[in-house]
Amino acid sequence: MGRLARYTRRAVLLGSAAVAGGVAFGYWQYRRELPNPLRPAPGQAVLNPYLIIDAEGITVIAPRAEMGQGNQSTLAALVAEELEVPWDAVRVLHGPPAQAYYNGALIAGHRTFRDGDAGVMQGLAEAAGEILPKMLGMQVTGGSTAVIDAFDKMRLAGASARETLKVAAARRLGLPVAALAAAGGAIRAPDGTVLGYGELAEEAARIEPVRGVALKPRAQWKLLGRSLPRTDMVAKCTGTAEFGADIRLPGMLFATVRMNPKLGGGMVSFDAGAAEAMPGVEAVLDLGDGIAVVARNTWLAFQAAEAVRIDWGEAPYPPATGRIMAEIARALDDRPNSVLQDVGDVEGALSGAAESGNATVIEAEYRVPYLAHATMEPMNGTALFVPGERLDIWCGTQAPLLARDKAAKIAGLKKDRVHVHVPFLGGGFGRRAEPDAALLAARVAVQLPGVPVKVMWSREEDMRHDFYRPAAIARMRGAVAGGRALALDAKIAAPSVSRQSMQRIAGFAPPGPDREHVAGAIDQPWAIPNYRIAGHLADVAVPVGFWRSVASSFNGFFHECFLDEMAHAAGRDPLEFRLELARAAHAPSAKLLETVARMSDWANKPAGTGRGVAMTWSFSTPVAEVVEVAESPDGIRITRAWVACDVGTALDPGNIRAQMQGGLIFGLSAAVSGEISFEGGEVEQFNFPDYDPLRMNTAPQIQVEVLENNHHIGGVGEPGTPPAAPALANALFDLTGRRARELPLSKTFDFAV
Amino acid sequence: MGFVISVNGRSHEVDLPGGVPLLWVLRDELGLVGTKYGCGVGACGACTVHVGGEAVRSCQMPLEEVAGPVTTIEGLGTPGTPAAIQRAWVEHQVAQCGYCQPGQIMQAAALLGENPAPSDAEIDAAMRGNLCRCGTYERIRAAIHAAARMMREG
Repeated sequence: MGRLARYTRRAVLLGSAAVAGGVAFGYWQYRRELPNPLRPAPGQAVLNPYLIIDAEGITVIAPRAEMGQGNQSTLAALVAEELEVPWDAVRVLHGPPAQAYYNGALIAGHRTFRDGDAGVMQGLAEAAGEILPKMLGMQVTGGSTAVIDAFDKMRLAGASARETLKVAAARRLGLPVAALAAAGGAIRAPDGTVLGYGELAEEAARIEPVRGVALKPRAQWKLLGRSLPRTDMVAKCTGTAEFGADIRLPGMLFATVRMNPKLGGGMVSFDAGAAEAMPGVEAVLDLGDGIAVVARNTWLAFQAAEAVRIDWGEAPYPPATGRIMAEIARALDDRPNSVLQDVGDVEGALSGAAESGNATVIEAEYRVPYLAHATMEPMNGTALFVPGERLDIWCGTQAPLLARDKAAKIAGLKKDRVHVHVPFLGGGFGRRAEPDAALLAARVAVQLPGVPVKVMWSREEDMRHDFYRPAAIARMRGAVAGGRALALDAKIAAPSVSRQSMQRIAGFAPPGPDREHVAGAIDQPWAIPNYRIAGHLADVAVPVGFWRSVASSFNGFFHECFLDEMAHAAGRDPLEFRLELARAAHAPSAKLLETVARMSDWANKPAGTGRGVAMTWSFSTPVAEVVEVAESPDGIRITRAWVACDVGTALDPGNIRAQMQGGLIFGLSAAVSGEISFEGGEVEQFNFPDYDPLRMNTAPQIQVEVLENNHHIGGVGEPGTPPAAPALANALFDLTGRRARELPLSKTFDFAV
Repeated sequence: MGFVISVNGRSHEVDLPGGVPLLWVLRDELGLVGTKYGCGVGACGACTVHVGGEAVRSCQMPLEEVAGPVTTIEGLGTPGTPAAIQRAWVEHQVAQCGYCQPGQIMQAAALLGENPAPSDAEIDAAMRGNLCRCGTYERIRAAIHAAARMMREG
C-alpha cells in the first residue's frame, strides 16, 4: 500500500508557516520519549519498547503487520544484530499497538533518483515527517516502509540494550564497562566470567538506558546482509501459525455479514424470518447498513445470511463500468490537480516536432480497470465487548491504532479501553490498511455483550466489498527524432486514493496536489528533455484504497508502455533506447537495465518468443524487469522473467528476492486477467473463478538480482509490481505486433490457462 | 444423531447437519484451524486435506460424505516433528503470508504419495488448483523436488 499519511504531510505543507509552526510547537513533545507500552510480567525484563528478556530468552517486538513480507524477521534481525544474540534464540511478537511504534518513514516520504540534491529544505521536510507520525501515533504497515523506518531505530534499541546490560554486568562484577564484551547473548569478562542476558536483564531494566551508542559498521554485521531463516516459517509450514481467521475464544460464536453490494448505499429493509428458523442460527442483527448472522459455526452463518431477504439502497456512483470510465475520462478535460513534473518546453517540443520533417509525434490513450486485493484470507475480525469496561479486537490489520480509535467510538469507550491484538495476516497488499473488518467485528460484538464473536466474511463478500485499486485513464503524447526521445507528455486521470482514504480517516480531504496519484510517473530516472506529468482527479464514489504499489501500479503501465511505443517510433531497440535515457539521469538505474539485459541475454532472444522490458522507480527502489512470452498450442504462455532491483542496502537478500518475485506475479496476475467491473451498481466478480490470479502452471520462471548501488535504503514490498504489466504488454507487442493499451490483456490476447 | 469421523487418528462424534462441509467441521467444531477457508467453491485449494489418503477440497465435501480417515496439516507433522515435506518447505523458506501453505503442503504430500519423483510438468499439473497470492510457486516446486529426494533416500 502507499503512504497512508502522504496527505497529512501535504496538509501540513499547505503553508510553510504551518510546517514551521507545527514543528516548533510540537518540538518539546517530540523530544519527550513516548511511553513504553510493554508491561513486564513477573520474571520478565523490558529494556525498551522493542525488547523483552526473560528466562525463556529474547523476545523482539516487531510492531508491523506480518502479511508475507518477512518484515518481522528483518526487524528482529536489526535488534539482534546490535544486541549480539544468536538468531535461533530470538522470538518475535507483534506486540501491543501503541504510539511508541509510529512509522516515521511513512510521512517522511520516499527518495527519488535526485536524492543527491537534498538540501536544507528536504532536511526540514524529513524532520517534519519524522515528528508528525509520532505525534499522530500512526502505527501503520504500508508504503514499503517497515525496514526504512526501523533501520536505525531498531538497531539503536538493540545497541542501547546491549550497553545497558554491560553496565549491569560491570556493576555486579566491579569492573569497568570497557573491560566487558557482549557476544552470543551474554556479557563476557576478561577472566572468563560469562553472565547471560537473562541473568542481567532485571537489573539492567532498573538502570537508565545507555544512549548515544554508535552502531556497528556494516563490515561487522553477522546477521544483517544475510538470508536468514524466517522466524515464522516453521509455524507457517505446520498449520500452527495463527491468522485472524483462526482466533478461538471460549464460548465464541461464529458470525458473518452481508453489506450493501451497491457500495455505500444504505439498507431499506430486511426480512430475516427464514434465516432465523435455520438450524444453528443464534441471531440476525441489524447493522443499519447491512446485517450480521450469528450462528454455531461459520458455514451455518453463511447459509443463513444468504437466506435473509434485503432491500438495498442505490449506489452513490454511476451504476455501470462504461459510465464510470466516462466520468474518469471527463476528468482529463478538467484543470489538472497537479503538474508536479514539467521539465523543458513540452508544448514547444511537440509542436516543433509536428512541423519538422525529421521528427515523429505519437499519441495514445491507455486504460486500466478497478482491481480487487483478493488476499487469500478473506476479511475477518473477532471481538469481545464488556459494556462500560473494555473491548478486545483480534484482527489482522495494517493500522491497529486507527482500528482502535474508531472502535472506541463504536463501543462508547475511551481509547485505552480498546485492545487490538494483531495476529498474522493472510495477505494484505494494502487491503488491511482499512479498518472495516475490525470495526464490523466491533459492531457485532457491541450487540452481543460478554460474548466473543468471530465475524468471517465469505469470499464473495470480500471480493465485492473491497477498497479497490482505482480504474485510470492516461492520454500520452511523445516525440522522437534521430532515434532519441524529444518529449513525453502524460495526462493521468483516476479517482484519488489519498483523498478518499483521508476522508475516511479524518473526515476531510485536503486540497492541493496529490503526489501519490502520479507516483510511478513523476520522478522517473529518464533524461527526457521535455517531460511533463499532469494528474487529474476524478470524483467517483466507488471505494478505492491502497493496492500493492498504489498509483505506481497504473502509472508504471502507462509510462513504460508508452516509452516502448516511443522506442519503436524512433526505430530503436526498447532496451537500448531506455539505457541511453537512464545513463544520462541516474547511473544505478541504468545499471539495472544492463543487468536484466545480461540476465535475459536480451540480444539473443530464442526463436518463437517475445521479450518486453520496463523499469519503474517506486517506494525509493528502482526495479527493471524483462518478461518473456511464447506461443504454444494452448495459447500464449509467460515463460520467463528477470528482475533487477537496487535497494541500496540489502538486509536479507533471500527475502528481497521473494518480494520481487511475488511483486512481479501480483502485477502479472492483474495484467493478464484482473478486472473488477460494475453492473447495476454491483461488482460483477464474486470469487476466484471470476478473478483468477496466476497459478503455478501459468506463472513464469523468475530470476532476481539485488543490487546495492543506491545511497539510500529502499522499500521491497511494492516496487516489484509496477514494471510487471508493462514488461508483459511490451513482450506481447514484440511477439505479435499488437499493441494492447487496455488491461486486462486477456481482452486482447489468448493466454494458455 | 451424529456423524463419526476419524481425524488425525482420533475419532470424533459430530452433531451437525450432514450438509455442513468438512472444512467447517474441522475448523469450527474440532478447532483444527490449520486447514484454511479461501473461497468455499473449490477454486483455491487452501482447504485441502486428505480423506482416505487422497487430496480433497474440504470445503466441497459434506460431512455426510466423509468416507475415510481424515488427515489435516496438524496430522502430517508438528513443529517438533515435522514430516519430510514440511522440512523441505522450511529448508526452501517457501511461505510468505503462509495462509495457503497448509493446502499447498497437503496437495503436494498427496502428489508424492502417488508419484515419488514428479517432473516439473507433473508438479504443475498437480498443484495448479492451489492458489498463492504471494507468488511462492517457484519455491513450492523446489521444495517438492527436495521432499521427493528426502523421501526416496529415507
